Amino acid sequence: MRRAFVPRDDLDKPMVRFDAVTRRFADVTAVDQLSLDIREGEFFALLGPSGCGKTTLLRMLAGFERPDEGRLLLAGQDIAAVPPWRRPVNMMFQSYALFPHLSVAGNIAFGLKQERMPRREIKARLAEMLRLVRLEGLNKRKPHQLSGGQRQRVALARALAKHPKVLLLDEPLAALDKKLREETQYELMALQDRLDTTFVIVTHDQEEAMTMAHRIGVMNHGRLAQVGTPAEIYEQPCSRWVAGFIGDVNFFDGTVDAAGVDGVVVADTAGRRFRAAGTAGIQAGTKVALAVRPEKILLTTAAPDAAAMPVNTVAGKVADIGYLGDLSLYKVRLDDGTVVKASVTNARRFAASDIGWDDTVWLSFAPDAAVVLTE
Amino acid sequence: MRRLSRFNLVSLALGLAFLYVPILILVVYSFNGSRLVTVWGGFSTRWYAALLEDLPLQEAALTSLGIAFVSASAATVLGTLAALTLTRLGRFRGRLPFAAMVYAPLVMPEVITGLSLLLLFVAVGFERGVVTVTIAHTTLTLCFVAVVVQSRLASFDRSLEEAAMDLGCPPLKTFLTVTLPVIAPAIAAGFLLAFSLSLDDIVIASFTTGPGATTLPIRIYSEVRLGVKPEINAVCTIFIAVTAVVVILASLISRRTERPAAG
Ligand SMILES: Nc1ncnc2c1ncn2[C@@H]1O[C@H](COP(=O)(O)OP(=O)(O)OP(=O)(O)O)[C@@H](O)[C@H]1O
Ligand SMILES: [Mg+2]
Repeated sequence: MRRAFVPRDDLDKPMVRFDAVTRRFADVTAVDQLSLDIREGEFFALLGPSGCGKTTLLRMLAGFERPDEGRLLLAGQDIAAVPPWRRPVNMMFQSYALFPHLSVAGNIAFGLKQERMPRREIKARLAEMLRLVRLEGLNKRKPHQLSGGQRQRVALARALAKHPKVLLLDEPLAALDKKLREETQYELMALQDRLDTTFVIVTHDQEEAMTMAHRIGVMNHGRLAQVGTPAEIYEQPCSRWVAGFIGDVNFFDGTVDAAGVDGVVVADTAGRRFRAAGTAGIQAGTKVALAVRPEKILLTTAAPDAAAMPVNTVAGKVADIGYLGDLSLYKVRLDDGTVVKASVTNARRFAASDIGWDDTVWLSFAPDAAVVLTE
Repeated sequence: MRRLSRFNLVSLALGLAFLYVPILILVVYSFNGSRLVTVWGGFSTRWYAALLEDLPLQEAALTSLGIAFVSASAATVLGTLAALTLTRLGRFRGRLPFAAMVYAPLVMPEVITGLSLLLLFVAVGFERGVVTVTIAHTTLTLCFVAVVVQSRLASFDRSLEEAAMDLGCPPLKTFLTVTLPVIAPAIAAGFLLAFSLSLDDIVIASFTTGPGATTLPIRIYSEVRLGVKPEINAVCTIFIAVTAVVVILASLISRRTERPAAG
């Protein structure tokens, strides 16, 4: 997780501003009336299912697609009419798009040569970039003589060489294996801290977005479903769709039975009553869904004693056990057939063995562990 | 590797023999010491020496090389442009007819191409000679260049061009500094193919040539009609060698382009 991001630019003049931008292709609206501000120095991740318009949004920033409607501002200036080769924005392509006929040095210096930078400065910048991505000594190699990870670094160095105002990354780590991907995530974060450049990254890997970004924009069907810090998006999803898209979740559908200052009581369709905290402004009678993450559910094998019977407790039978190593995921079937997922950290070795299939277990969660969703 | 059965071996040998025995005989007899074409008179290179004195033959060879060079160059430029149009302009109106028209000469009988060009030159009153043969060969070979270059462009990663523009390179410069170098091997292969096709052609050349211009194949053909001279064997052997080198070069170069463009 990142340190909290403190915006330092003028609130009215963000680094990037999408103002009700729409982009249509023949029969699909790839980006639909989307508004978004990205601040200077921010690491912003666009997350969403395939085909939701992430790449299109990025390509509009780079200048390869033009908005059909709306305005696109970069540091306060409308850039709709600026062609890609004049924008102070650089992109790292998903396929890397390294020039096969140029060496590593030729690739990295390509952009610098376009702006007619003096030879000496190019040399210095090249050395700086090679050091930054730890590719010293490989500058004479051609792209086909590099490993996948090295190519990815060359692509990154090439995109950073011109010191762009905004760096765009379209699924930069998708081609790397898991280990290398995790390493590179931390390198990218460290790099971004050091360079203080605005990064906009597209990914469909939510862990990646949560790890790296200051803020995440969750996209669906060309619109932003929610924008917020990773913790906000995970702990306070604004809709059922976002809650289900990010991480694992249990839903209890029902109606608000009673609303008070300290929370609401929700009666679900099977007649169970749950308490949820911190839900100001919801009227009794509203149809809602109660969302509870599996790790926030406490699973016990003994019935809680009746006097201290905590709120939000239900009993059920273990229907399935998923062993994931670090934790186990239990699927528990309640009386009415609802299946609730609860995860238990495997703090001790072989601890999983004391809960078996068809055992009766009790599930409980605190009122503030549940999120009440009206959408 | 699977072992070849006897049947396979025999059919392979027969096939190869069918293809190459005539050529082999020609090559062998070009080193024949005897003037009689059918009688072996010991190894000799005298017919190659005799070529050095055969000025009309040398002139014809030079004419052929000149025509091949100029027509291949023109065909390379035009064919590359045609390939670019076909792959880059997307689905413009008339793309299909245009593609069909570019590729038609590939399958058109040469006699028809030659005859129609002849009619055209006569109709516009163009004096026939080196220029008309060159134009005709450009027409013939353009489509071959277009096919070779188009197949390379089809697998060309457009994001390379976007990357160049993203790094500050305007479109025309992007074409010259990125696209062209990347597809250059295919263009070179197309040129060599056009060159060897022009060098070998006799049908279209004899339709479109005039009194002043004799290409090497025409010269050889007319001499052979008066009886096969040993010098002709020698000239043909050189010819085969040159064509083989050009074709092998072309295939080596195009193999290089087909290697997955790392990037
Ligand atoms: N050039 C184009 N022509 C027509 N439709 C397009 C074009 N580019 C994108 N689209 C459509 O726009 C929608 C959004 O595409 P986009 O590439 O932005 O999705 P994405 O979020 O990047 O998806 P993925 O995660 O699969 O990369 C898709 O329905 C896609 O089919
Ligand atoms: Mg995409």
